[in-house]
Amino acid sequence: MGTILFALALIFYFAATIVSIIDLFKDKKIISHLMFSLIAVGFTLHTANIIYRYIAAGHIPITNFHESTSFFSWSIVLIFFILQFRYKVTILCSFVMPVVFVLMLSSSMLPQEIRPLSPVLQSYWLIIHTVVAFLGNAAFALAFGVGTMYLVQEHYVKSKHLGGRIFGKLPSLQTLDALNYELITLGFPLLTLAIITGSLWAESAWGSYWRWDPREVWSLTTWLIYAIVLHARLVAGWRGKRAAILSILGFLLILAAFFGIKVLRQGLHVFL
Amino acid sequence: MKIIVVGLNHNTADVEVREKVAFNESRLEEGLRRFRELPEVEEAVILSTCNRVELYANVKDTVKASESIKTFLSEFHDINRASLDKALYIHDDVNAIRHIFRVASSLDSMVIGEPQILGQLKEAFEIALEKKMTGILLNRLMKKAISVAKRVRRETRIAENAVSISFAAVELAKKIFTDLSEKVFMLLGAGEMAELAARHLMRNGVKEVIVANRSYGRACELAKEFNGRPVKLDDFLQEMVRSDIVICSTGAPHYILLKDQMQRVMKDRKQRPVFLIDISVPRNIDPKINDLDNVYLYNIDDLQGIVDANMFERKKEAEKAEKIIEEEIEPFLKWLSSLDSVPTIVALREKAEEIKREEFEKLMNRFPDMEEGQKKAIEYMASAIMNKLIHPPTVALKEDPEDKDLMIAIIKKLYGIEEYEKEGK
Repeated sequence: MGTILFALALIFYFAATIVSIIDLFKDKKIISHLMFSLIAVGFTLHTANIIYRYIAAGHIPITNFHESTSFFSWSIVLIFFILQFRYKVTILCSFVMPVVFVLMLSSSMLPQEIRPLSPVLQSYWLIIHTVVAFLGNAAFALAFGVGTMYLVQEHYVKSKHLGGRIFGKLPSLQTLDALNYELITLGFPLLTLAIITGSLWAESAWGSYWRWDPREVWSLTTWLIYAIVLHARLVAGWRGKRAAILSILGFLLILAAFFGIKVLRQGLHVFL
Repeated sequence: MKIIVVGLNHNTADVEVREKVAFNESRLEEGLRRFRELPEVEEAVILSTCNRVELYANVKDTVKASESIKTFLSEFHDINRASLDKALYIHDDVNAIRHIFRVASSLDSMVIGEPQILGQLKEAFEIALEKKMTGILLNRLMKKAISVAKRVRRETRIAENAVSISFAAVELAKKIFTDLSEKVFMLLGAGEMAELAARHLMRNGVKEVIVANRSYGRACELAKEFNGRPVKLDDFLQEMVRSDIVICSTGAPHYILLKDQMQRVMKDRKQRPVFLIDISVPRNIDPKINDLDNVYLYNIDDLQGIVDANMFERKKEAEKAEKIIEEEIEPFLKWLSSLDSVPTIVALREKAEEIKREEFEKLMNRFPDMEEGQKKAIEYMASAIMNKLIHPPTVALKEDPEDKDLMIAIIKKLYGIEEYEKEGK
């Protein structure tokens, strides 16, 4: 059942990705509507899959690599919907859905069985720490998408090659920059909270707040990068292009950490 | 029933002739009435704009009608017939339909895709409709032309992208800033083009206007006009810190804004983006400034380049529009030719109805005591027989056969309905 829901969600996200790319080149309202419907159906199925696994396992399903990648994608789509509701930047789809699809595809290739959770980890910290961490990273993922859009649009305006369809569809540089800032100011406190709750949890589970576990180190690095983005923006006026590049780099680092540490198979976050 | 267009436009007539032939508002009604009263004309619409004057009519005979319309124009506007003949074009039948569709879709406009023409055509039609100058044919044609124009605009990108320098500047500003109404705009120097661009920008609403000029008096004058604040040209650098959009067109023969100056301005602005438009020749702003982050510098050639590219794009889209128009002509022609058979179909039905009524009354006179239910049943049967009998010829007429005229003639002959049609008209 859970597997079927997941597979269906994956198929819908895949269709949405294809449609979102077509949407870049066609000016038809119906295409955008189709795209939203596909994402909405995919998201509903995906949510059902997560709820199903929650009930089956008895705790939030972020305890193996399949689940965490899946939950990460889910968080991205959730924040995308919130953003779409507020700003109506439809074209963001075309930059975010491919990322969501790739994440879901990687998730689908990982073992999906529900394994019993070690008693050490069974604590309310599990749900708080993981949800906060993934929502924060999802905000950064969207900042990555918005940053890419900014660079594309900035290139058009700077190089004076205008009139293309994508140029016409992209929102103004100021809007993109504001979106980027907003996403980072959303992601940053969530990441901070994730680090704090993580260390509190570590203390209660293993008796030590900080053990220089690889993931802890990566989180700290990411935290520093986004701290620099915010600081440079407020103090030195690093906005626009520089902010866009930094948020792209920041997210690439997150991805590298997310998958890289798994490959190394070390540390306390073995289940992630 | 034939459609005819008699008209002139920016391609066939220079402005002196267009001025003379134009129907200005005060005389349009009278012109329309007299046009409609021409013996050949059954329906009439007049479209009169600064780039074109066109008379649309439903006429009995195109040759006679075009002659009398020309005479009417020359008399009404008191214009020499020979110079009028040189400027006028005449389209009839399918060419007239195509022409009207193209005009409505702005394919025949001086600036292809300009949006005003559709509104002007709508207005021309509404006036004619209100004065009861139109009938079934022109009503349908004008409505169709409007819907074709809308389809063209929906399905092609013909009206997208600016094709004038000042429009292009505003469009660009909107790609840099989210909301122009919270931006400060500075006009640096004053030239005709700069003022035009400034005016266009103002129409889109800006928060504040600063005018700097070498002659302070002129700055004050312009500031008054734009509801802005005048400053001395020497002080413009300080004002740059606050200005988000700058249009520069001083007469200076050298750069008045250099890269290192702009760098300092950007630092003071905390890198908030700025859009510089240098339309002076020779240029007044060092082009290297475009290399700075968050500074977007466009000069007159850049803007002209955008306009040219957009114009080229529109011409490509116009080809798609022509295809749409060809697609739309076909069904309209079909409808038009179906009009020929409508009077025959109506006459056929009337004749059948009359026979039924007569026979039914005869029967009732003979059997006056018949019950209501029986009466109803008999009438029902009579109607059914009648309908079944006239159904095949009606379908045959509606089907739009190739030898339609022959078909109409045969049906009239067979059913003896010649006289009905005459009475009907």
